[in-house]
Amino acid sequence: MDLTEIFSISLGAILVQNFIFSQFLGLCPFMGVSTKMDTAVGMGIAVTFVMGVASAVCYGVDLLLVNFGLEYMQTVAYILVIASLVQFIEMFMKKTMHSLYEALGIYLPLITTNCAVLGVALLNTQNGYSFIESVVYGVTGGIGFLLAIVLFASVRERMDATSDCPKAFEGFPIALMSAGLIALAFMGFSGLDVFK
Amino acid sequence: MNFKNQLKEGIITQNPVLVQQLGLCSTMAITTSLFNGIGMGISVLIILTCSNIVISLLRKVIPNQIRIAAFIVVIAAFVTMVDLLLKAFLPDLSNSLGVFIPLIVVNCIILGRAEAFSYKNGVVASAVDGICQGIGYTLVLIAMCVIREFLGAGSFGGGVLNGGAGIQIFPADYGALMMIMPFGGFITLAALFALVQWALKRGDNNKKEEK
Repeated sequence: MDLTEIFSISLGAILVQNFIFSQFLGLCPFMGVSTKMDTAVGMGIAVTFVMGVASAVCYGVDLLLVNFGLEYMQTVAYILVIASLVQFIEMFMKKTMHSLYEALGIYLPLITTNCAVLGVALLNTQNGYSFIESVVYGVTGGIGFLLAIVLFASVRERMDATSDCPKAFEGFPIALMSAGLIALAFMGFSGLDVFK
Repeated sequence: MNFKNQLKEGIITQNPVLVQQLGLCSTMAITTSLFNGIGMGISVLIILTCSNIVISLLRKVIPNQIRIAAFIVVIAAFVTMVDLLLKAFLPDLSNSLGVFIPLIVVNCIILGRAEAFSYKNGVVASAVDGICQGIGYTLVLIAMCVIREFLGAGSFGGGVLNGGAGIQIFPADYGALMMIMPFGGFITLAALFALVQWALKRGDNNKKEEK
């Protein structure tokens, strides 16, 4: 476990293999809550937090499952862990960090069905990451999500205010189109894959 | 109960992807060859129908407060079954879909239908709803696959027709590789969305004129 490896994982998760733009995970909240900058930032931070914690917890759950020879229960166990984790975080935040809780509002419970969270847990197991690698991958993957949603929200705010697009493309299609263009830009980062 | 109406809703007016905007992740991620598209579509169709039936059977037993968790457990059970079946009988498909098979658990279409339809309706209606919505989803996947595969690799039916190689319509060298990349997924889906939006709007206008 050296620093280069951690750096390579982080760089990969944030830019090269960005969860949104190259792995297509977590698109529903990405398209759903990116209409305003504030909510986008809130969602991004919440997802980063949950992804980090979920990676750590699911690593332990996986050890337990392997120990009892129950690997086939992986999906069920992970989603249950994530769902209860989100619920727990929600209650914990409500008690101790009320201002953050207010800011995140309804986005917290929605994270359960964000496929980036379950995706990161499954990918960690699939790639055989160690504990530290899993947590790093989870947190940086979340940062990648945050970066993507903030970039996209700022584009979308501008677009809704000023753009003049064909009738059929109004609303959702044009948003997808611009997400596609950002994905194209993110492809430029694939050259950074030098540490592998 | 009207099967024809539900089918029409599933395919066009209430299409899970193109109108309800659900299940976008898998729609864009795996639609690079017809084989993937059909495999994914049918897996979702089966899981959706089964989970709709079970949730509709249990709708009187599941307390309102914990319904989401209960739905997820039911869905996850069926997803695990399909995942294991695919690994055993169609390892190729299982490999090429990879992490997206277990991720059907959090596919918003299934949870969305559970919440919006099968939790409130009877067993038969829910089963029909599952089949219709599943068909709508599969058709969108097939459309995406055909467009992206044709423009990206110049072939048709990769993995299914012609012994798995697909029918080459023009040489693969001339294909726009971009369409197979993530970018192509976004653009193709945007175009399909625009098409449906245009068609639905035109239909509305026609109805107004008739009146």
